[in-house]
Amino acid sequence: MATFLFYILGFTMLAATLLCITRRNPVHAVIYLVVSFFALAIMFYLLGAPLVAAFEVIVYAGAIMVLFLFIIMMLGLAPQETPEGPGWKRWGPLVLLSSSLMICTLMLIFQDPAASKDIGAFYLAPQVVGEALFGRYALAVEVVSFQLLFATIGAYMLGRPLSKGDEQ
Amino acid sequence: MNDLLISLILILVKLGLIFGVVLSMAAYLVLAERKILGRMQMRYGPNRIGPGGMIQPLCDVIKLITKEDFVPARADKWIFLFAPGLTALTALLSFAVVPFSPPLTLFGREIPMVVCDLNIGLLYLFGLSSLAVYGVVLGGWASNSKYSLLGAMRGLAQMLSYELSLGLALVPVVMTAKSFSLTEIVMAQSTWPNMLQHPLAFIIFMVSITAESKRTPFDMPEAENEIVAGFHTEYSGMRFGLFFVGEYINLIVIGAMTTVFFLGGWNGPFLPPVVWFVGKVLFVAFLFIWARGSMPRPRYDQLLRFGWKVLIPLALLNVVITGAIRLAMNG
Repeated sequence: MATFLFYILGFTMLAATLLCITRRNPVHAVIYLVVSFFALAIMFYLLGAPLVAAFEVIVYAGAIMVLFLFIIMMLGLAPQETPEGPGWKRWGPLVLLSSSLMICTLMLIFQDPAASKDIGAFYLAPQVVGEALFGRYALAVEVVSFQLLFATIGAYMLGRPLSKGDEQ
Repeated sequence: MNDLLISLILILVKLGLIFGVVLSMAAYLVLAERKILGRMQMRYGPNRIGPGGMIQPLCDVIKLITKEDFVPARADKWIFLFAPGLTALTALLSFAVVPFSPPLTLFGREIPMVVCDLNIGLLYLFGLSSLAVYGVVLGGWASNSKYSLLGAMRGLAQMLSYELSLGLALVPVVMTAKSFSLTEIVMAQSTWPNMLQHPLAFIIFMVSITAESKRTPFDMPEAENEIVAGFHTEYSGMRFGLFFVGEYINLIVIGAMTTVFFLGGWNGPFLPPVVWFVGKVLFVAFLFIWARGSMPRPRYDQLLRFGWKVLIPLALLNVVITGAIRLAMNG
């Protein structure tokens, strides 16, 4: 059952992501990407990590992609015209780069005996995640939160009201 | 009869019950809102069809279904068609984790009075409320109309901003219950409702959820004196109806969320738990209708400034203080 679901979800994810990067209309692309995030969230749930699944939906589908939509709507991006030039020139680098990643992954799976083992079924309770984050990985969490603080200060600097000296 | 079959039947019965009760409650909330608003404005409200206007919701549905389902020229047809459904769907799905009463024992079998007691129930509700943005935004964008787009952008910025203070206001609740499960959150309030333990969080929650659900006084995404009807300007017939019903289902969701997180859920003396639960939900819904009848709409930039500069810092402070008190009390 779980394996079957895994393949369905994996297929959905790949198809949605492919459709996302081939759409001309940016809003359609965003919708496909959200579908792909959903499949990923269900996959996390399947792996026994409901908390990660919830964060995937709340943070990626519910906040980041909504911000993408906001920018698309604010800039009023129109569906793009078909660009000039032959297809392989536009898609070549992308196909090359992503297939090199694919080859690395396949090599890892077939060469490394540890990678081919099944992940044992386990269940990750939210409390365990919390304890790990603020106990064992407390320093890393603090460093990441500092990065967010820098971003906030940067955004404030860009958006602050101009003082008299700045007007030139 | 094996165990699996019984569980399946139980779940289907619960789903059917919730579906029926919530949809009919939403239909009658529309009537209640029209009548209460009418009374507040010294008029009667709908009172012609049936005793006291009781059959009015049915007639509204017939009218909406038989109206022409119009799609504007150059609209993005498919997105335009499915956006209203998304709004109603996210609101309806929320009820899957809401517990109505303590587990019931029937024929020696314990039946939890909730469709699915997820241990991340609170985050599930939160995820759905952040997905509710899509119905508004995609509906407004797909209409290919300036007013709709403005309404959609307002809705987007507003819902995204107030989601933060909403989440932060719920942190003390989770701290008290030590769980994301809604059933355990209610159980933790068996002596004192969270409203008394966390009054500041309660106030922040109420303001944020009003903005999050676009209820008056924070209904700028559909402010009729500026942008016609905002994101649903171009909708007609039952698709408008879905937005409309979605809004009222959302009102019940808000009532249920407030009841579970702050008013102690099904806990209460004398009356059976379900009665307490439904009573509290309806009372919260009444508060929102009352607010609609008596509050003016602020300006849009005032709303966003208030959210980012007042509510979010206040909610953060509240989290820090609550955490410090809990830490000090546990030694």
